[in-house]
Amino acid sequence: MSMVTAIIIVTVIGFIGAAVLVVAAHFMHVEEDERIGQVSSVLPGANCGACGYAGCADYAKAIVGGAPVNKCVPGGENAAKAAAAIMGVEAGDVVKRKAIVACQGSLDHTEDKYVYQGVQSCAACASLYKGSATCEYGCLGYGDCVKACKFDAIIVSNGLARVNPAKCTGCGACEQACPKKVIWIRPESEKPVVMCANHDRGALTRKACTAGCIGCMKCEKNCPEGAIKVTNNVARVDYSKCTGCRICMNQCPVHAITIPKVV
Amino acid sequence: MAIKLATIFFSMILVNNYVLVQFLGICPFLGVSKKLDSAFGMSCAVVFVMALATAVTWPIYTFVLVPNDLQYLQTIAYILIIAVLVQLVEIILKKFMPPLYNALGVYLPLITTNCAVLGVTISVIDEGYGFAESLVCAVGAGFGFMLAMVLFAGVRRRLEDAKPPKCFEGLPITLVAASMVSLSFMGFGGIIENIFGAV
Repeated sequence: MSMVTAIIIVTVIGFIGAAVLVVAAHFMHVEEDERIGQVSSVLPGANCGACGYAGCADYAKAIVGGAPVNKCVPGGENAAKAAAAIMGVEAGDVVKRKAIVACQGSLDHTEDKYVYQGVQSCAACASLYKGSATCEYGCLGYGDCVKACKFDAIIVSNGLARVNPAKCTGCGACEQACPKKVIWIRPESEKPVVMCANHDRGALTRKACTAGCIGCMKCEKNCPEGAIKVTNNVARVDYSKCTGCRICMNQCPVHAITIPKVV
Repeated sequence: MAIKLATIFFSMILVNNYVLVQFLGICPFLGVSKKLDSAFGMSCAVVFVMALATAVTWPIYTFVLVPNDLQYLQTIAYILIIAVLVQLVEIILKKFMPPLYNALGVYLPLITTNCAVLGVTISVIDEGYGFAESLVCAVGAGFGFMLAMVLFAGVRRRLEDAKPPKCFEGLPITLVAASMVSLSFMGFGGIIENIFGAV
């Protein structure tokens, strides 16, 4: 008898609970445009914020509300096309962008001007005499960018951060995190990059880092297109003129110009 | 009566803190305490679920299970009720506080299996508390949980900047820190009884 009572009581409790939930779900139902769910499912879901919205769910809502579908950097063309198919609009072009650490100052090329034992963060280190590296413009290697990267695309090795272009989505989180502003987000291309941010005169740069741009103007003089200019003691490429001929690369005495890997 | 309720309330927060002294509800304690906001939101949900669960389970135990001699059904009936309540909280949060709903993520449904909630509903019966005392005890336990979460969220923020030895990084150093916070709460032993006993 008592077993039957037990079964009945537990069943009744279960049914009452179910009834409460059904009523609650009915009255508290959240009205959602079903396209929001569809669009979020084609977005990568990394919530990186490269699109300018608070996260993928937020961007999905914005797309349904009429925002352009090609803002998602990690999702790239595929996400844009899929979202466009759901919304019935044109996808538009997505420019692939990659982060690059414009510095070659690994431990082989620079030295420490003091032994830093504080909080392991570039921002903290940079606030102490402009950082522990002899070059006060370059990568400090404490990995603020590594922490900022949601795609596990950056590693620090030998005191220098390096971006893995295969994993990089160009979201720009590392660019924001770098206190030295030595990480750039640029359209992916096979054009050369000057891997230095040191604005000191050549002799000083040379003392600080053996791989830094010394502003010798050799690249500027030899560029057939006039696409490279030394301003403020460091060479910079004008990508609207650069044809990627690599003459500057071969001329550079400190090998500060390189071609980033393209995936 | 008021003094007894106050004694129960404060001893649940400090002396018998569910997380730090009785070691119940460790999963969300370690899982959601990374950020202060979500730790606080999670604790609010737990306070709500604990109070509601006790308010529902106490009458069911006293007026349904005991007269029918079915005390052994306590655990199974309680789990059923708590699961329903957690679902209810989830529906309510989704409707009225979507950001919090998103921030809590998987830990919200996990309140169902949070042993602190089941623990408080069972322990108020074991202690022989009346309805009002049970409710105060549950709310106190909830606030104790909140105190532990918020304190530990602060500790973990500091831990992020620390540079422990490689083998201690991540969870190990978090557990060590948790044990120290717990140890400090052991120091509250007896304090509440003495304060309210003197009144």
